[in-house]
Amino acid sequence: MSALLDVQDLSVTFGRTAAVRGASFRLEKGETHCLVGESGCGKSVTALAIMGLLARGGERRARRMVFAGTDLLSLSDRAMARLRGNRISMIFQEPMTSLNPAFTVGSQMAEVLTRHKRASRAAALERAVELMGRVGITAPQMRLGQFPHQLSGGLRQRVMIAMALMCDPELLVADEPTTALDVTVQAQILRLLARLKREFGLSILLITHDLGIVARVADRVSVMYAGEVVESAPTNGLFRAPQHPYTRGLLSCVPVPGKVQRDKPLGSIPGVVPTIAPGFSGCAFRSRCAYADATCERDIPRKAAGNTHDYLCRLVPRELAEPQPA
Amino acid sequence: MSTTAITPAAIPAAQTPRVGRAGFAIGLTIVGIVVAAALFGNALVPADPFVQDLGNRLKPPFWMDGAQAAHPLGTDQLGRDYLARLVYGARISLLIGIMTVITSGAIGITLGVVGGFFGGRVDDVVLFAITTRLSIPVVLVALAVVGLLGSGLILVVATLGLLLWDRFAVVARATTMQVRTLDYVNAAWCAGASTSHILMREILPNIASHLAVVATLEMALAILLEAALSFLGLGVPPPLPSWGLMIAEGKDYMFFSPWVIMIPGVALFVLVLGINLVGDGLRNLLGTERLR
Amino acid sequence: MTAIEVKSLRREFAARSGLFGPQKRVVAVDDVSLSVPAGSVLGIVGESGCGKSTLARLILGLLAPTSGEALVDGQRLADIDRKARARLIQPVFQDPFASLNPRRRVSDIVALPLAAQGTFSRAEIERRVAAILERVGLSAEMGKRMPAQLSGGQRQRAAIARALVLEPRIVICDEPTSALDVSVQAQILNLLADLRRDLKLTYLFISHNLAVVEHVASEVAVMYLGRIVERNETEALFRAPRHPYTQALLASVLTPEPGRGVPDVGLGDTLPDPANIPPGCRFHPRCRIAVERCRVEPPQPMARGGAAMVECHLA
Repeated sequence: MSALLDVQDLSVTFGRTAAVRGASFRLEKGETHCLVGESGCGKSVTALAIMGLLARGGERRARRMVFAGTDLLSLSDRAMARLRGNRISMIFQEPMTSLNPAFTVGSQMAEVLTRHKRASRAAALERAVELMGRVGITAPQMRLGQFPHQLSGGLRQRVMIAMALMCDPELLVADEPTTALDVTVQAQILRLLARLKREFGLSILLITHDLGIVARVADRVSVMYAGEVVESAPTNGLFRAPQHPYTRGLLSCVPVPGKVQRDKPLGSIPGVVPTIAPGFSGCAFRSRCAYADATCERDIPRKAAGNTHDYLCRLVPRELAEPQPA
Repeated sequence: MSTTAITPAAIPAAQTPRVGRAGFAIGLTIVGIVVAAALFGNALVPADPFVQDLGNRLKPPFWMDGAQAAHPLGTDQLGRDYLARLVYGARISLLIGIMTVITSGAIGITLGVVGGFFGGRVDDVVLFAITTRLSIPVVLVALAVVGLLGSGLILVVATLGLLLWDRFAVVARATTMQVRTLDYVNAAWCAGASTSHILMREILPNIASHLAVVATLEMALAILLEAALSFLGLGVPPPLPSWGLMIAEGKDYMFFSPWVIMIPGVALFVLVLGINLVGDGLRNLLGTERLR
Repeated sequence: MTAIEVKSLRREFAARSGLFGPQKRVVAVDDVSLSVPAGSVLGIVGESGCGKSTLARLILGLLAPTSGEALVDGQRLADIDRKARARLIQPVFQDPFASLNPRRRVSDIVALPLAAQGTFSRAEIERRVAAILERVGLSAEMGKRMPAQLSGGQRQRAAIARALVLEPRIVICDEPTSALDVSVQAQILNLLADLRRDLKLTYLFISHNLAVVEHVASEVAVMYLGRIVERNETEALFRAPRHPYTQALLASVLTPEPGRGVPDVGLGDTLPDPANIPPGCRFHPRCRIAVERCRVEPPQPMARGGAAMVECHLA
């Protein structure tokens, strides 16, 4: 079974800084795959590298980066532009800055279709109205003539999602799509994405730092830290038996309403994310890990904990989730 | 509501292309040379810019026939050494540029910061002042003032300084309004800091980089305006070798002794270009740094 | 002893729609009253447009109320000058990047409240700054750095140090951990809890993250479109929320428990707009159980035993 998106050993550097150092993951058709990590882990950069949207000065290298049989690494800029918005769409965190404030919603949405599928403007606007209805935007005909600043954050995000679906893409890359939204709106948007996934046969690569979203929405999770994928597992497996000390630490930090103990301090991970200088070897987490020893300064093996669960650590797999020592 | 746990460091800002960086370097070099010339030039060039030698008029510069070793850039219509005059003129241009920018900057920044910080009625007054100033045709008013009150270095500086503060005010006001809403200003307020502390130590240092860019551009403008005024005979009085005046005096000899008009013209062009390149370079350097 | 008392506080903003449109009055905080006993933590939750940040600014004195008053430590805010206020109440803001002046050293930033008082000697200031930096977990070396050289968590520690250096009674925390990574958030929350115990502080803790509020606060107030719609002791509120909005808020929290999907919060599609507050109960357009009375008659705050208060016809 070949994956819809197969990324192996992706590295992205900006000058001397390595934002991504050898990330690998597979996304199957129809799957929601979450890239989760905290700031600076490289998850957003990974998505941009896949889309060919790296800022100037960014260089990407990978052993393999294939989307539905097409090798993304060898595509010219123009060929990649034909893919973007067409077969792979992306939605971003800040809807205000991803929608052009100078153009109406309708014209921005129509442009996607007229450019990629050579549709007429009338047909494109019709599809825009249809899609806006399907993503739950009320009065879509009126919205066509509105400008982004006239819409609320949640509405703008829906417009972005509708725009991303104009050409019926196979893969939707969503970079923190709900972080800037209220929590009640977030639930609505996530439910919407799940419904659209079913209706359109979409596969979703969802980037987030919120483990709650991951638990509720993802089929498979890749945890990133300091530019690497440190653990990769099906969602259930990750939460039930997290293997990598960073994953375990992260899970212990998240307060769960209803299970909160007020007199005990929250679990936390001491220290800060290290800056990785060129020539770094070994485990990037060792400065914050309770189990680190001298062997962690050398190359770290990728171990398996079950068929589809692997992690980057020398420790042996553990069955149940044990609490991380403070 | 925008609450993000993501630092912007994930994607580094676009870097200045090499051409931009070269421009900045070139600009700095040019300005550096002119400043050096202004400061030390007349000590190094033996000739005196004011001494007339009517027997030696309109001698060509070194790249033409008939040049004299004693006068590498030739002489003007009164036999004065052109190199010496050029170098002295650099001093005048820079002096006028800097003093005008100091004056206009002081006025414009004060108005802009006060209006942007206090808002309300105060801001309305400041906006009115800016709008009024913008509706005044600068060159005409400068001409009128100088025409009425006579020409002179101090007068030119004062006139231009009192007229060219609008861009300072607009930029200062806009940046102050952005910075004023930031939490470190609120925190200083809650900490009990006085208003003057907040204006001078919290707001001003954080808008200074943007004002520096404006300063370079206004300096270039002031130099050009002074040259224009002097060209019209209403700027720096002769025999001071303002480049504009040199151009004016040279226009009668444009066809037969073109260097008289070319040399100060090129010098003016190169200086203003240099200052603008520095301004652009500064803006590129600082443009990637958002006002936070 | 009441640390903070707010009586019928109201704050309006004038907003003009379009260049020639009519002037609208946006009521950001509408007749809010509350009291916070000394040494406790009141959590304020709500989403965008609910007015919680405006309320914080009113209590801090950054904004003047349109009507009503706020008392801090028994004194009317309007009566005390800024320097005296600084000794009583200090803020910790959300964005660690924006709350420290990027052009000053961390130790100078932390020293500012002391310096602004004008009554401390330089030696005394240095001593106190060094002590508070150590207390929040920053080394003296970090004090010499500029904010850009610190991480998000370290900057927030610096902001906390600045808030505490004058030894105030009350700290207003406006989303102090929302902009931080989860692992750092926990560090900062633990620090805040330790400091509160040791220095006997009172906190007003504003957040949109309910789990964090549950951990930190002894009492919680839920705000919606400028009013407090429910208030109760933390444990009681989370166990048995009465107001439909509180119930929806709690239901929409995504706990990291796999296999449970995303809940249907049932709020409908209309979004709250502080410039267009619905008549009657302001929540009725989104309420699943609204009845005719809700569309017409605004509910009054009703006590429900103990510390509980709810503003709903049907609760």
